[in-house]
Amino acid sequence: MSQQFLPNNPLPQEAKVPREIAVFSPEVEAEMDRHLAKYPVKRSAILPLMFIVQRERGGYLDPPGVAYLADRLGVRITDIWEVATFYSMINTEPVGRYHLQVCKTLSCKIMGAGKVTEQCTKRLGIKPGQTTEDGMFSLSEVECLGSCGTAPMMQIGFDYYENLTEQKVDEIIVKCRSGELPNGVR
Amino acid sequence: MFIGAIGCEPLQLRRVLLDNSASLDVYRGNGGYEALRRVLDGMSPDDVIAEVKKSALRGRGGAGFPTGMKWGFVPKDSPKPKYVVCNADESEPGTFKDRYLMERDPHMLIEGMLIAAYALGARTNYIYTRGEYRYLIEIMDRALEEARAAGLLGEKILGTDFNCEIYTHTGAGAYICGEETALLNSLEGLRGHPRMKPPFPAVAGLYGCPTVVNNVETLTAVPDIIKMGGEAYQKLGTEKSGGTKLWSVSGHVNRPGVYELPMGYDDMEKFITEDCGGVPGGRKLKAVIPGGSSVYIMPAADIEGKDVRMDYEGLVAAGSSVGSGGFIVMDETVDIFESTKNLTEFYKHESCGWCTPCREGTDWLVKVFKRIERGEGRPDDAQLLLDIVDNIEGKSFCPLGDAASWPIQSAIKKFPEDFRRKVANGNGHARGGLPTA
Repeated sequence: MSQQFLPNNPLPQEAKVPREIAVFSPEVEAEMDRHLAKYPVKRSAILPLMFIVQRERGGYLDPPGVAYLADRLGVRITDIWEVATFYSMINTEPVGRYHLQVCKTLSCKIMGAGKVTEQCTKRLGIKPGQTTEDGMFSLSEVECLGSCGTAPMMQIGFDYYENLTEQKVDEIIVKCRSGELPNGVR
Repeated sequence: MFIGAIGCEPLQLRRVLLDNSASLDVYRGNGGYEALRRVLDGMSPDDVIAEVKKSALRGRGGAGFPTGMKWGFVPKDSPKPKYVVCNADESEPGTFKDRYLMERDPHMLIEGMLIAAYALGARTNYIYTRGEYRYLIEIMDRALEEARAAGLLGEKILGTDFNCEIYTHTGAGAYICGEETALLNSLEGLRGHPRMKPPFPAVAGLYGCPTVVNNVETLTAVPDIIKMGGEAYQKLGTEKSGGTKLWSVSGHVNRPGVYELPMGYDDMEKFITEDCGGVPGGRKLKAVIPGGSSVYIMPAADIEGKDVRMDYEGLVAAGSSVGSGGFIVMDETVDIFESTKNLTEFYKHESCGWCTPCREGTDWLVKVFKRIERGEGRPDDAQLLLDIVDNIEGKSFCPLGDAASWPIQSAIKKFPEDFRRKVANGNGHARGGLPTA
């Protein structure tokens, strides 16, 4: 007779599948410790730590990064995925080195967000939701970024670019290509 | 972009235009931390709460709940730790005031939080900032370090027995986390789903402990309330809406920006045409969304010549509300069908998925909007939208469902022409009315 699990029984031990776990430098570990020290409950640090893992693992949460977070926070892998998939700034797939996020919500929309997106598409040859083949650029349309008085705008990584015109978009893209602009990831 | 006060002395925006305004030196040189000194020198926690009650300060995040009353709900005899959480998850479309307060005057927020923490007996406190505002978190972290080095944070603040810590926390791109119980779940490391109320956060909030969640603009009003006295602060505004309010003005005006107005500023029309420089290019005003995307849209006819008073009561009387003060101005080139579709897409994207009316309802709304846009509108589509909305409003778990409903209700009521035109151009009625949405 097969083993029965009644609803109130603890979950079965997680299967012992060998898995790769990400390794970070002592500096990065210390940065995580500083976040963990803020909270009485380790799990509270999940978002700050996700941003760090994402930054260190090439811009997204890869399975070894997720395994690391689960171990570090003392939660299950599924708990990490559950949170990661809820928040739009946590990437679960690779994104371009420069992630152009054009605000599309009302104030930006009526001030010309459409033109900004079109100009990006024209220059990069990708539509919103796509990444260039060389992995350099991703383009997204996102919801209100709180920059309505300086519309239209876009965010690259964590940096804001406001009062955009088609010409400014061109300049920004040239500067990204030449490496003059930081990719805004931090 | 304009930033400053109209119709009153700048209060919250007093320092924002000074050089190096984010530094502790400039803050202290301009009256900063005097309120904290006064509180620690001889006011009891109850005295502080009493002053805030007298000030008629109402929550500036959007709901407009009286702040003093909210603080009064925290049980004094609870053995559990208490928390003050600053809601800096500013995500309401059209709203960007908190951003400039934190960018240019971070110490005002720290002082406000310290006073709130003193009044409520909280030792550990958090500033929950939306993830996109990373640069503000960096500014706040620097300001907190400065304050700590100056003995304004940590153990024995200003040489007294008052101990208090403030930490920054990052969101990660979820509008719903501006709802206070969703924010608390997010701060606990969970998905940002709202919680059932009651219990309210004042009784069982962060980690199940008594918690007060206040907006940035609410907390930054507190130092001035202490300094000038609650009554004097209230008198800057009206009887039920005390003090001043920040309005984030965007869209079709010559001078967008952050405007500080006394509550009860007498005329919205004057505000648009004179203070904000009017509509560009000599075009006509069509509509205003005065309080962030979640409030009723106001057609120009309800503003022009109507002396709309800009405070909680005045805007309700005029058919809308203060909300977060995200003042979006639209000229005659804007199609209200398009603008409403845009906002509905926002709510669909930001619905957290927890409850069915909001998750499914916002999805269906967008489907209908898109079908009409494709030219497949049907004569009864406006009614169909209202029917869907009727199944969301008041039936969703948290106010996001209501917020998604109100723009549609008011847009169809106030601008039926814009909807009729779209639908009339469609051919959906010729397709036998099959539910192709």
